[in-house]
Amino acid sequence: MQIAYYPGCTMKASARQHEDAALAVLGALGVELREMDEWNCCGVVHSLTSDNLIRHMAPVRVFARLREQGADEVATLCDMCFNTLGRANLLAQRHPEQIAAISATSGDDLSYDGGADVLHLLQVLRDRVGFAKIRARVRRPLRGLSVYPYYGCKLLRPAEVGIDDPETPAVLRDLMLALGATVVEGSLQTQCCGAYHVVNRDEVVTQRVSATTEQARAGGAEAIVLSCPLCHYNFDALQPQSGAQMPIFYYTQLMGIAFGLDPDQLGLEEQQIALLPLLERHNLVHAPTPGD
Amino acid sequence: MTMTEQAPMISMELMGKHYSVPSGLTIMAAIEYAGYKLVRGAGCRGGFCGACPTLYRRDDSHRIFTALACQTLVEDGMCLVQMPFVPLMTKPYELQTITPQPNTLLQHFPEIAGCVACNTCTRSCPQGLHVMDYIQAALRGDVERAAMLSFDCISCGICSSRCPADIKHYAVGLLARRIYGKFGTPLAPDLSARVAELVAGHYQGALDELVAMSPAELRARYEQRSFEAVADGGETHSATKSYNSPVDPVDFQDEIEV
Repeated sequence: MQIAYYPGCTMKASARQHEDAALAVLGALGVELREMDEWNCCGVVHSLTSDNLIRHMAPVRVFARLREQGADEVATLCDMCFNTLGRANLLAQRHPEQIAAISATSGDDLSYDGGADVLHLLQVLRDRVGFAKIRARVRRPLRGLSVYPYYGCKLLRPAEVGIDDPETPAVLRDLMLALGATVVEGSLQTQCCGAYHVVNRDEVVTQRVSATTEQARAGGAEAIVLSCPLCHYNFDALQPQSGAQMPIFYYTQLMGIAFGLDPDQLGLEEQQIALLPLLERHNLVHAPTPGD
Repeated sequence: MTMTEQAPMISMELMGKHYSVPSGLTIMAAIEYAGYKLVRGAGCRGGFCGACPTLYRRDDSHRIFTALACQTLVEDGMCLVQMPFVPLMTKPYELQTITPQPNTLLQHFPEIAGCVACNTCTRSCPQGLHVMDYIQAALRGDVERAAMLSFDCISCGICSSRCPADIKHYAVGLLARRIYGKFGTPLAPDLSARVAELVAGHYQGALDELVAMSPAELRARYEQRSFEAVADGGETHSATKSYNSPVDPVDFQDEIEV
């Protein structure tokens, strides 16, 4: 299986471990992500101002380029890119006149009719690969490892672009169950992490991260598993320093562990809160033994 | 063309005044024909120095066009202004103390995060460079791609004069090329060997001999010079062929679209 791939800037800078792990895991599943030949930043935040069209130029250009490169669907790992691209796609489908206005501002060099799709990698795994195939690829089940799936906002809201039920999502739970992990759930799984308040009101983020990790811990979880690089940053960098800190995994890293891939491919040492001690405690990072 | 076959005259507006000038002149030649003496905004007159950025409009379009005055022919109805230079302020940096990270370019030029991918820079570039793409590469820390795509930049600054996000594109490209040159470019093996020989004083005798020669003797020696054979009979080292990049910096899509 081959799918066009839009990485987004974060995957090339602060979330490289997520991309490294994803590419390794997908290789093991026979899925090839083909990075777009040329791409630009997605625009980061979807503008809610109806007439501020220049803010939609970046995501529309991504789709226009995708089409020029001969593809009509593109996968991305980043929740933020996924959300911004998905909402721009809705704009293109519903308001072609706005796309025409955007193109006119850009010297008529943009052409896009809203006919392409953006897929989050979790959709590819759930709907194209299938959790049964993922379960079959597991070489070292995450037996005994108890994780709390955290969804945040961008994967689920607004519902018209979300990949799962915005109130009771299941995709990360089902993926973790396929890997053999124990799943702890709670009411704060879909609460916003505080997002860009980290820039100038980091107490907002600290309070939310702290409440979520406490709920996870109270339910017996030893780690958080998530998909969004911004949530990852906030959970990894702004967890209260006092007391035990909860390791934060990208789901791709746990897939790699469960698949028995070389831990060096999974960027396990690239976060502030160490991941290895927990994996070692569960005997998950040594070479797989025969018959495992 | 003989004296009786005059080039047809066209009318244009130079810096706010109407002039009638012969067609077929470059903008720069037309400015001088009109009687101006260029003391700024003119340099090599060959399209390489970037000193003569021009902003103009045509009477059949609402858009602003950009060009190098020495490389572009005047058109009937053109209305233009010369930009002596595009102001540039950057935070000083010391290349020797930079340790490249994915966010190095972003830290030096935080305004690149304001790029909305409008492509105005690319459309304004007289070199036909993919300016927006090298800014996007810089934004995600791809120093090599930023260096390659900006390789032919002549720092005329037109991109920066047109950017809605006030990005200093040509300064970003310059730092990308400096970082790539220092940390990314493979070293030429022969060069380091020769530098070691020089440091060891290997050529001091030959140099003293040259210094003592008369100009006539030097000229004779120069005319007799030969080029060294390559040690293993292969090709000489080519830095551009050794780049670990799919992009050829010399030939990459730098044709100017008219």
